[in-house]
Amino acid sequence: MDFLTLIQLLDSTVRLATPLLLACLAGLFSERAGIFDIGLEGKMLAAAFFSAAVAALSGSVWVGLLAGIGASVALSLLHGLASITFRGNQLISGVAINFLAAGLTVLIAQDWFSQGGRTPSLMGGARFEPVSLPFAEALSAVPFLGPVYSELISGHSVLVYLAFATVPMTWWLLYRTRFGLRLRAVGENPAAVDTAGVSVIGLRYAAVIICGVLCGIAGAYLSTALQAGFVKDMSAGRGFIALAALIFAKWRPWYALWATLLFGLFGALETRPDVIQSLIGIKVQGQLLAALPYIMTVIILAGFVGKAIPPRAGGEPYVKER
Amino acid sequence: MDVMPKWAEVVLVPLISLILAAILSALVILAIGEDPVEAVNLMITGALGSTYGWGYTLYYATNFLFTGLAVSVAFHAGLFNIGGEGQAMLGGLGVALACLLIPWPHWTLALIGATLAAGLFGAAWAAIPAFLQAKRGSHIVITTIMFNFIAAGLLNYVLVNLMRPAGSMDPATARFPETVHLPTLHDILGTVGISFSKAAPANVTFLIAVVACVLVWLLLWRTWLGYEIRSYGKSEAAAKYAGISPVAITMIAMLISGALAGMMAINNVMGEAERLVLNAVEGAGFIGIAVALMGRSHPFGVFLAAILFGFLYQGGAELALWTSIPRELIVVIQALVILFTGALDNMVRMPLERLFLMMRRGDA
Repeated sequence: MDFLTLIQLLDSTVRLATPLLLACLAGLFSERAGIFDIGLEGKMLAAAFFSAAVAALSGSVWVGLLAGIGASVALSLLHGLASITFRGNQLISGVAINFLAAGLTVLIAQDWFSQGGRTPSLMGGARFEPVSLPFAEALSAVPFLGPVYSELISGHSVLVYLAFATVPMTWWLLYRTRFGLRLRAVGENPAAVDTAGVSVIGLRYAAVIICGVLCGIAGAYLSTALQAGFVKDMSAGRGFIALAALIFAKWRPWYALWATLLFGLFGALETRPDVIQSLIGIKVQGQLLAALPYIMTVIILAGFVGKAIPPRAGGEPYVKER
Repeated sequence: MDVMPKWAEVVLVPLISLILAAILSALVILAIGEDPVEAVNLMITGALGSTYGWGYTLYYATNFLFTGLAVSVAFHAGLFNIGGEGQAMLGGLGVALACLLIPWPHWTLALIGATLAAGLFGAAWAAIPAFLQAKRGSHIVITTIMFNFIAAGLLNYVLVNLMRPAGSMDPATARFPETVHLPTLHDILGTVGISFSKAAPANVTFLIAVVACVLVWLLLWRTWLGYEIRSYGKSEAAAKYAGISPVAITMIAMLISGALAGMMAINNVMGEAERLVLNAVEGAGFIGIAVALMGRSHPFGVFLAAILFGFLYQGGAELALWTSIPRELIVVIQALVILFTGALDNMVRMPLERLFLMMRRGDA
């Protein structure tokens, strides 16, 4: 494998890891506050549709992005209503949200565009175009670092840079602010937070809304940057891979970055079987690569290789008076 | 302690949830510019207006009976088995292997063999998440989700690389031999002189699913094991104190659940397609969740809910055929049913409880 192939591989790794990273951080906020969220997939899908649809209708990708975030936050609030206000089963609510998004996106797409559940192809300002970083062109001649800068680091859509910037921001918010401390506490011991006079419900709703915003960006990235338009079920299990990455990352922001990059690399390798063959000399089945994130997560969950301990109050509705 | 009378708990709460889901579904149909009343009429004629419609309704219902029972048994043990989809995929693999590798002399023997294989494969696929939950405390919801995806990868690999007949491009097994063909309702009812559509895929498996309902009811409410499963589901601490082993109950409940989900394959793989295709399960494993929630995890409730979803599925297909409403409407209805009967249960329950409390005070 030559240097240029490696750069290409890493380049598509970054592109495929971006939606996973955003969704993974989304889940991190929610689950750190004690709200399990298996509805990441549905929220991404809804955001993917609404951002593509509104971008197609308005011609502006930024308006589309806002619409996508709006749709995702709406589903988040539904999840909050079910699991925080009405103290329902968070897992069942997540399942319902996934189906709701899978059905409604196609239904509305058919009603709006009559193209068999897809949106028209996005062009021009309705898409996130790659951003050329300064001097990318000029530096590309520099050996080694030139291609790395101009091919790998430069030339992604603005959402990719946003996703990567979200990692330190999440870390800072969770570990260096009062809000973050309370958010983590509410996922471990909500009664203590309540005793301190801080609203458990308020904190959990805040976490769920942040989760919605990040999922919304992830979905918008899928349909307006990674691809040019929405197609039915386009999230294709990414929400669940993000969930797997979250467990893999043990609910920590920096680990989430590495986990999603790793799963992104698997995704990139899936499309390049020749690279693996030349690298390790044996043919690896594409199906195995596709299943690898899930298999690795099960192994981590089993606790044979490092133990993943979820937030203690995760999945349990908080009842004030006992 | 019980605020509401039993009938309200068993009938009223699910009914109100269902009505809420129906109202929202009607609004969705209105919003996309179609007439809900006409849509319901079309669904009823399409799904129940002919023996052809009934044949499809009952065929779908058979799938949902198995997956609904699977989710229910796990629910009774306090476990949420979201992996019915993967377990049913593996069940299909079991059926395909049994039908293709063993030269069955008669369909009755093949049915027994295939049912065992389907149950075994389904149970095996549930066994690993169950073991990890019981022994290592890994959350069963996450592991079963992961196992759905792993099952899809495994099935894809097996169909493309191992079981695909030479020269075929289709990721599917060869057709099963003629001897393992299961009698359809047309064949069965024909013997007693009732004419039933020949084209519809409903088959003898429906009767097996009904028997499975009765057996699950007997297991849960008439045996020691069922008592242990239910007590473990109600209170793990109390069950432990009573000498019930959490590991054993988790394993047994999940094995039964996985076997039931796997057995769905005798309907769709052996009864209908007569070969194993990639997307044989078609989401029936997930519909089992809606069916179990709506049926309050009781076999009789599951039976009614499965018929309802069978009706929705066949009716939805008819709608897609005759109107511009896509099939995905059913997915929306399914989501609303799960939402209202599952996640938003308290939203319906809390006001009702208040109402009943007020009525009780009025009496006193």
